[in-house]
Amino acid sequence: MALHIVVCVKRTPASTSVAVDSATGKVRTEGLPHGMNPQDEYAVEEALRIKEKNAGSRVSVLSAGGPESDEVIRTALALGCDEGALLSAPAFTGSDTLGTSHILAKAVEKLGKEKAPVSLVLFGKQSNDGESGLTAGETAAWLGWPSVSFVRRLPAVTESEVTAERLMEDGIETLKLKLPAVVSVTKEINEPRLPSLRGKMAAKKAPVSKWGAAELGTDASVTGSAGAGIEWGRLSPVPSRPSGTLIPGETPEEKARNLADKLKEAKLL
Amino acid sequence: MNDYSGKGVLCVAEARHGKLSSCAFELLTAAKKIGAARGEPVWAAVLGDGESVKAAAAELASRGAERVFAAKHASLSEFLDEAYAAVLTGIVSKEKPRTVLLPATVFGRSLATRLAVAFKAGLAGDAIGLEVEGGKLVATRSCYAGNVIAGVSFKRAPEFATVRPMAFPRAEAGAAGKVEEWPVELPALKSEFVKFSADDSGEVDVTAADRIVSGGRGLGKPEGFEPLRRLAKLLGAAVGASRAAVDSGWIPYKHQVGLTGRSVRPRLYMACGISGQIQHLAGMNGSDTIVAINTDPDCPMMKLATYAVQGDVFKIVPALAAEIEKRRG
Repeated sequence: MALHIVVCVKRTPASTSVAVDSATGKVRTEGLPHGMNPQDEYAVEEALRIKEKNAGSRVSVLSAGGPESDEVIRTALALGCDEGALLSAPAFTGSDTLGTSHILAKAVEKLGKEKAPVSLVLFGKQSNDGESGLTAGETAAWLGWPSVSFVRRLPAVTESEVTAERLMEDGIETLKLKLPAVVSVTKEINEPRLPSLRGKMAAKKAPVSKWGAAELGTDASVTGSAGAGIEWGRLSPVPSRPSGTLIPGETPEEKARNLADKLKEAKLL
Repeated sequence: MNDYSGKGVLCVAEARHGKLSSCAFELLTAAKKIGAARGEPVWAAVLGDGESVKAAAAELASRGAERVFAAKHASLSEFLDEAYAAVLTGIVSKEKPRTVLLPATVFGRSLATRLAVAFKAGLAGDAIGLEVEGGKLVATRSCYAGNVIAGVSFKRAPEFATVRPMAFPRAEAGAAGKVEEWPVELPALKSEFVKFSADDSGEVDVTAADRIVSGGRGLGKPEGFEPLRRLAKLLGAAVGASRAAVDSGWIPYKHQVGLTGRSVRPRLYMACGISGQIQHLAGMNGSDTIVAINTDPDCPMMKLATYAVQGDVFKIVPALAAEIEKRRG
């Protein structure tokens, strides 16, 4: 059973300890080390595991972003993905999740037409910068495919359907989706592998396609800053909390008594 | 762009296994604020199957929704993204609200994405504040592991936003809205619900809890959570955990607070033996009162805490439980 799996990855800062530039109201990301969004590593790993179980399968990688996003596509290729495409165009700059998911959906359609019909699109749960966790669902909606987000296990993938266990706030739901489908996965799903030296070398030289608005046939009314439904305002650092009180006391009992007094004052007891 | 024009704030209530989630009342509070600023009505929608839908709709009407759309159908008994999105797309198309609020839970996040695309609309995720500024709706949210706060404004209608649980107070009863039965027509579905398994029922869910007693690496073993459970029971609190405790297999994932777990905003958060990795702080630093109990006075959690107690968790927590029991007689 040969499946075509697409993984969508994002280039993000390696650390979330970022500073806000008070003059521009933007996060200073220049010079910071970047890499593949950590949650996306689980999506790549899951795609590779499904491929390894199903001979003749292929894994394609997509990333929407600036030219520098090429590096995270190569990270995925080094791990064993078969081909990659960078979705980048000046017209895409300023896209919100509505626009980004539209671009990704168009690229999935293009891959399906030109390479092989796509069975499954995988995403990480959320990015470590924007943290919305919305792109997977919006991409599915553009494609008109069923989707399930926050999945901790894919117990079965067949030619026609996928079984998924999603983590709800109160337990676990098992769902069955007809393929093609879109799934976002959490870190519970697997333990991502490290790239081999040979993989890294090969990925450096591998051809990566670059698709813009013309190749993808994207709709200008939903992409770029002009098409975005929302606009990010100025960012600011989280205001620091007023400094706290160290609860005095010689013994645990005395400390407990003093803490209970404070909680009572705050009407929490 | 699009020619959508609408008025009103629609709150999408989450009802799971026939039970209305209290997050819906928080959405009503946010909706009333937006509605008042723009002079627009507040509505709610609730989906499900059986008599519980009617009861949930009546409750929403009593807490300030002027009109409640109640959709009842056998295929809506459990949450299925496609089916729920189809019904809600119908409601938004026909009733034309300007704003649609959903809870920032798996339910709300999943549904919001389908709705936003159906209307080619903007979607602001995880709002912790909502304000109308010069007629424009602005959602406040945090990003970069809770290090940065951003204002996201909407450029056109309809406006979709998911709202973090506990970000707004719950609307109280006392109003008399109208319940309208919504006729359900479903397309052929490409997904099906198989089963639900609660991993440990009977405990308070951390996402909607207003008090949380949370434990971390400092507890050392699964049994380390026992004193915390006793204290939580006394306080009517949920039991939370850091990723370190969950990854060690001491407690199930649903208790995990932080970037890779749940984001919480309780009135009281007690961090017991949690040093305060940035990913954990990101999930709880919006809590009103934070208590840290730790042997290390210099760890980030002790620095963040409203009340820091230096000492052994296994001595302080039982002593606090005993003190509370004594005061209650």
